[in-house]
Amino acid sequence: MSRARRPRAKRAPVPRALPAVSKAATGIQGLDEITGGGLPRGRPTLVCGGPGCGKTILAMEFLMNGARRFDEPGVFLSFEESIEDLTLNFASLGFDPRPLTARKMLSLDYVRVEPGEIHETGEYDLDGLFIRLGHAIDAIGAKRVVLDTIETLFSGLSNTRTLRAELRRLFNWLRAKGVTAIVTGERGGNGLTRHGLEEYISDCVILLDHRVVEQNATRRLRVVKYRGSSHGANESPFFIDQSGISVLPVASLGLKHRVSASRVSAGVPGVDEMLGGKGYFRESSILVSGSAGTGKTSLAGYFVDAACRRGESALYFAFEESSAQIVRNLQSIGLDLEPWMRRGLLDIHAERTTTSGLEGHLNAMHRAIEAIRPRVVVVDPISNLISVGTSVEVKGMLARIIDYMKVKRMTALFTSLTVNEGRPEGTDIGISSFMDTWLVLHNIDMNGERNRALSVLKSRGMAHSNQLREFVFTNAGLTLVDGVRDDRGRVLVGSRRAARDMEMTAGGNGRRRSRES
Amino acid sequence: MSERPKRKTRAQPVRRRQAANFYDLRLYVAGQTSRSLAALANLRTICEEHLHGRYRIQVIDLLEHPQLAKGDQILALPTLVRRLPEPIRKLVGDLSDTERALVGLDLRPARRDRR
Repeated sequence: MSRARRPRAKRAPVPRALPAVSKAATGIQGLDEITGGGLPRGRPTLVCGGPGCGKTILAMEFLMNGARRFDEPGVFLSFEESIEDLTLNFASLGFDPRPLTARKMLSLDYVRVEPGEIHETGEYDLDGLFIRLGHAIDAIGAKRVVLDTIETLFSGLSNTRTLRAELRRLFNWLRAKGVTAIVTGERGGNGLTRHGLEEYISDCVILLDHRVVEQNATRRLRVVKYRGSSHGANESPFFIDQSGISVLPVASLGLKHRVSASRVSAGVPGVDEMLGGKGYFRESSILVSGSAGTGKTSLAGYFVDAACRRGESALYFAFEESSAQIVRNLQSIGLDLEPWMRRGLLDIHAERTTTSGLEGHLNAMHRAIEAIRPRVVVVDPISNLISVGTSVEVKGMLARIIDYMKVKRMTALFTSLTVNEGRPEGTDIGISSFMDTWLVLHNIDMNGERNRALSVLKSRGMAHSNQLREFVFTNAGLTLVDGVRDDRGRVLVGSRRAARDMEMTAGGNGRRRSRES
Repeated sequence: MSERPKRKTRAQPVRRRQAANFYDLRLYVAGQTSRSLAALANLRTICEEHLHGRYRIQVIDLLEHPQLAKGDQILALPTLVRRLPEPIRKLVGDLSDTERALVGLDLRPARRDRR
């Protein structure tokens, strides 16, 4: 997804019952949700993990967001990388630190510790470091500080007793200074960090993990502890891409989202009619399943079209067809999405699911949703996404992103390819319980014809039709035809229905059309 | 510990030899703490004994000049930096361990059991 993130206003921290701990928002997608608003303000937080787990990037983003979005200047004290390397790293996230440094919103400093270079000749303390850090903080009025990775000191200085005492003093000093700090630590030894930093920093500890599951490298984040605050305790997947870190906000989601009683049109009058005459619930999830060629994409197209007609923005994720292909194909049934795309109401994101792992897709989707903030989302088809991920864990993630859309108050429509035509319920891919409305499209092979029909498998909270309604595509669009029964009460479809229809119209006597119940 | 170890004095241009013999020392401290004062006193004693007439001590109080901590990468205090002769050497601590201080300043070869 090439779309740049739209600059956003400060997001208010998630309200909590007990505002005991003041929090500093990290501005990192998802992390603020998990921690209920950010890191403990004015206290150090330990971020630990193995090499390459994303500690430095997380710390960097915390500072960059602080400087750019929350008006909190920051100091980055690196013990591992030179200023040049740091600048390059920041740049890889699309952040150029130099303008911020010039505006005194950011200060980068490299503390070089060469192992074996220092001769110890007696008692000492780390006042030099204190003075240096204090000077950097005072120079720009910093509110945020990053120490990456302070354990490097252990390689340069051998008197661990002094070092430990001094580190304890350092963290207390940081607390007294009232700066919100991230202290990174390398995983190792018996504890969370090689030198047991968790002993000194117990306000908040975040553990990052980078592991390979089924050939896919996956990153996980877990808040190990957060003193004085509740927090999501689960492992949450996170991603690092060109716009930084995003954590899938999974742990904090509950069944707490508000529900709407208002309704939105499905874009096809007949379908609205089947759903109590008013269409889908706003901010609900809709599943449209059916075998190949039953008109799932068309139904999705109508839904998107109706949203754009209402002036709502829509986001269409296409995993089978290109954007141009979808537009062209829908034009053949009289639906033109192009004007909406030109007016910026509709975005179609087309990508093959095989191009990257499921996590990558979810990440891309997550980012696109965050950037566009659509009212209506279509995922066509979601079954392709499921075929990419196999593990239960991955399915769980998918369920979470569906949940996420709900929390973000979007009306979402998912199409799903049915493999087992006989039992549409068999398409249940572990997500049907998230769906409020489930439409099933059928292929009816009869009398040498192939006809399409639609039924409502479920639709929570509304009266809905129990009928199987035939629908037809014409140049003018998709229409549901009124059910026509023969003398024995059987529903007729295709040419039989047409013949019967004509017969009755010609006869004019007692039209037996079974309309909506 | 009074015998000054012979430094390498092969035929060299006079200027180089002078530079090699001259000790330019910088002592970083933070305020007039007892540890700072002890470090300075210990340093003076060592210099008088081993470097008589060919050394210079510059004391830098980082409380007054915090920006100077960056240049010599100062973390621990007190820190003694031997700027000359090259290469630069760094000694941390109050220099109360004379043996180690001498080794650190290259005034005495390292003894196996001490390193």
